[in-house]
Amino acid sequence: MDIFVQQIINGLVLGSVYALVALGYTMVYGILELINFAHGEVTMIGAMVSLTVISALVGVGVDLPGVVIVLLGLLAAIPVCMGVGFTIERLAYRPLRNAPRLAPLITAIGVSIVLQNIAMLIWGRQYISFPPILPQGRHQILGATITDVQIAILVASVVLMLGLTLMVKKSRLGRAMRATAQSPQIAGLMGVNANTVISLTFILGSALAAVAGVMVSAYYGLAHYYMGFLLGLKAFSAAVLGGIGNLAGAVLGGLLLGVIESLGAGYIGGLTGGVLGSNYQDVFAFFILILVLMFRPSGLLGERVGERA
Amino acid sequence: MNQKSRHAWLVFVALGIGLALLPFLVDAGLGRSWVRILDLALLYVMLALGLNIVVGYAGLLDLGYIAFYAVGAYCYALLASPMFGLHLPFWVLLPLGALVAGLFGVLLGTPTLRLRGDYLAIVTLGFGEIIRIFLNNLNAPINITNGPQGVNQIDPISIAGLSLGKTQVLFGVTFSSPHLYYYLFLILTLVVIFVSMRLQDSRIGRAWAAIREDEVAAEAMGINVRNIKLLAFAMGASFGGLAGGLFAGFQGFISPESFNLMESIMILCMIVLGGMGNIPGVILGAVLLTVLPEALRYIGDLQRAWLGHVVIDPSDLRMLLFGFALILMMLFRPAGLLPSRQRKRELSAAGDIAEQEQASVYDARH
Amino acid sequence: MKITFVNGLLAAVMATLLLGACGRQDGAAKDGEVIKIGSVSPLTGPQAHLGKDNENGARLAVDEINAAGLVIGGKKMHIDLISEDDQADPKIATTVAQKLVDNGVVGVIGHLNSGATIPASTIYHSAGIPQISPSATAIAYTAQGYNTAFRVMTNDEQQGHVLGQYAVTKLGDKKIAIIDDRTAYGQGLADEFAKAAQAAGADIVAREYTTDRSTDFMAILTSIKAKSPDLVFFGGMDPQAGPLTKQLKQLGINAQVLGGDGMQTPEYIKLAGADAEGEIASNPGLTLDSMPGGKAFKDKFTARFGQIQNYAPYAYDAVYVLVDAMKRANSTDPAKYLPALKTTDYQGVTGHIRFDQKGDVTGGAVTLYQVKNGAWQPLETVQSK
Repeated sequence: MDIFVQQIINGLVLGSVYALVALGYTMVYGILELINFAHGEVTMIGAMVSLTVISALVGVGVDLPGVVIVLLGLLAAIPVCMGVGFTIERLAYRPLRNAPRLAPLITAIGVSIVLQNIAMLIWGRQYISFPPILPQGRHQILGATITDVQIAILVASVVLMLGLTLMVKKSRLGRAMRATAQSPQIAGLMGVNANTVISLTFILGSALAAVAGVMVSAYYGLAHYYMGFLLGLKAFSAAVLGGIGNLAGAVLGGLLLGVIESLGAGYIGGLTGGVLGSNYQDVFAFFILILVLMFRPSGLLGERVGERA
Repeated sequence: MNQKSRHAWLVFVALGIGLALLPFLVDAGLGRSWVRILDLALLYVMLALGLNIVVGYAGLLDLGYIAFYAVGAYCYALLASPMFGLHLPFWVLLPLGALVAGLFGVLLGTPTLRLRGDYLAIVTLGFGEIIRIFLNNLNAPINITNGPQGVNQIDPISIAGLSLGKTQVLFGVTFSSPHLYYYLFLILTLVVIFVSMRLQDSRIGRAWAAIREDEVAAEAMGINVRNIKLLAFAMGASFGGLAGGLFAGFQGFISPESFNLMESIMILCMIVLGGMGNIPGVILGAVLLTVLPEALRYIGDLQRAWLGHVVIDPSDLRMLLFGFALILMMLFRPAGLLPSRQRKRELSAAGDIAEQEQASVYDARH
Repeated sequence: MKITFVNGLLAAVMATLLLGACGRQDGAAKDGEVIKIGSVSPLTGPQAHLGKDNENGARLAVDEINAAGLVIGGKKMHIDLISEDDQADPKIATTVAQKLVDNGVVGVIGHLNSGATIPASTIYHSAGIPQISPSATAIAYTAQGYNTAFRVMTNDEQQGHVLGQYAVTKLGDKKIAIIDDRTAYGQGLADEFAKAAQAAGADIVAREYTTDRSTDFMAILTSIKAKSPDLVFFGGMDPQAGPLTKQLKQLGINAQVLGGDGMQTPEYIKLAGADAEGEIASNPGLTLDSMPGGKAFKDKFTARFGQIQNYAPYAYDAVYVLVDAMKRANSTDPAKYLPALKTTDYQGVTGHIRFDQKGDVTGGAVTLYQVKNGAWQPLETVQSK
């Protein structure tokens, strides 16, 4: 039983990581119907920048609690990521807004490759490790272990989702975003500057990516210029599973994907009598994804177009 | 009219001679490695044309296309290597690879019939990964694919007792192995191009265009959407399977790492960059994206020629420039380098009915 | 407009190609005759740090040899190291191999991964050019019967055997869990380890898998926890081994972690932090510090390129082994010095290098290291079979 609880916790934490990145995907998709393939790379930049600042602070021996140092790193990473997100949208996506649908997908891939290689030039090819400054407190729940960092990730993903939903539903900007998502032209007639709204969406999404980047590197203790690719891919799958364009869907999809992967890795061996093992973890996850989409072709929560944010 | 057709013939003949001499020119001018790059470029042309059927003609975004390439390659490798001690001839293996890949195409197509756009993309992506993971892990409990170690010592393609894996002297001319493969690949590429062209102009091609434009309207017009979609998957997949078989014979060693997601994405880039739905565009895209990263290797030499020494490590810059090239090409030619005429408009129309109406199905090719 | 853009693009590509082609010819203006040696490894992508490390190792050796002055066959020679990026991709590996052959290299140091090394070896073999891999460990590489394929690293079987024996007989651990990363390297090593451990009487209680891109191992570690093993063996590289060790401790699993050369790196200690303490991993050859010239190599390398990642010393030795054979054969012609390469008997910084008839290092020693006080300390050196 404690093993099962542990697997669920593992899955929820992993899922929160996916959810954090998936939120950024889904925001951009919601407004532009564009898969921002470079979002994973923005997450990577966030991790790299914050780690550089954190390492520098630790290096000069700043006498602050670990959490404060990490927050300082995050504060440095957020504006950088916002700048990167803004630039990407301006240079690579905006000129293509009326182009064939797949054209921005290719520039997104181009942007991914460029960001990866710029990161490689700046930070080198090595893995960068996260200094051990965060509290390592462990808690027991029903015989399973959970750490402070894991709890922080869980909480962050839910809080951010709630905050964003509130913003999209209640604020002026949120209303403008919803209007632009439905029809940029009509939103324009109503006095909404679609370009500004789209820029702000990217900036917001990139800030989220910075948060995700810091949490991921703090949790796993490392960052690398290539880390964004797989993370972005998993997050994208999570967003689709939940219904892309839907904020709650991104979190639901992320958590579900995490739990599925975790249970898959943990129990697939036992279920198949040892024929398939944890090497089929991703097969299991994708199989469920396909099954869900067969019965709900637009994801779990993504049915009504009007709900997109 | 007569004048025009004679002109066309001249161009054809010149093109034919050019293509026949190309490997020798390239070998003399740039070195034999470039003949190998040409061989790979031809394989990618076949792959891109196959994916073009699915994405370009039928409008189904497929991110797992490399799986069919993998299926074709493993089909060839397992039946012509010491793995099971089987050594079937290529004229059995290539059609078999195409057929099996086609079946896998139907297998993928069936559960995804209802899905559209990005949802289809993620499912096909998942399918591609599933195939790769199986290939990577089917070495236990029964060893079928030899797992991550890959299949080695695959028989080179051999036609009428003539092995393409060795240097051969024919009609007094010495042909190295990459040269020989070039001619085989060229012939098969021409076949694939021909089939692609005929398909586009056929009833089936028009049906694909119809479902691409508007699935509901197509169904109302009496098109069997299910079958026609499955046919697109199967046709595209069989081209991929054919190319996979050729790759296995050419390379002599395959392992699952050659069939990763990035490859699928690259092939998609080729067709979008070249001009989706337009055969010359697709060919250009495939050749360009195969050649460009290799050409960018010379930036080290360029620096040496211009500046006297290498300032920036070429390996640092190569992929960076490639990324920029992708972005710039799309910014300047968003419909592809050689777009098909009516395509520019209709592709942008994904959810936009007003625009869809502007491009009617029947002005597709006339 | 359309046409001009496409034409311009093509012209640019062609110009690049032609300039490149011209660029190939120069570089011969150094004093003495130039011989070219190729170095191939992934310089981009997730393994770029290891690839660059190999290149650096080879470059250090080449620069040293050039500085000391190389005379072969009565003529002064200058070595040009031509480095290529194979992106760890088998298909690109063959293209690059052909490129090196075109370029007239007389020997190749590479590739890094078995998956790239094996298909490339066919090209070197048909061109008659000797190839020494500093890091490919798959048994298949030297089992193809190519007389041009060598490696200065022990193969999976040699290292896996030492590790399996060590785990059971020396550490006395009978309940063993195995994780591998499903790469040719990780799976190969883990399978050989499993064989040797079972032969020595161990019970493999769990066999779990991950990938070479993963950072989350909680699920498989939780399954392993349920089997309460004495020892967890990991077949894979340090970017996974580090976080894996951390998460293992986090889950409160009380087992020894054991790994191969992919884990025996400073990077591992950085990534696992304090949790690395007490863990054991092996690396072929003797300890760098115990070798004549080893300490000097380490100092020179660190001063010039920074920390050694992993296989740089092997790449360094591989260059010397190649040049040593040329000297003994008194020729840089691959056909002439290849027989001399077979009879190599060279004292390198990684150990005493001799090849068996397949091209594997014989009697290669494998040294086991343990993390003590945040650094790898040698435990003991075992002779592989």
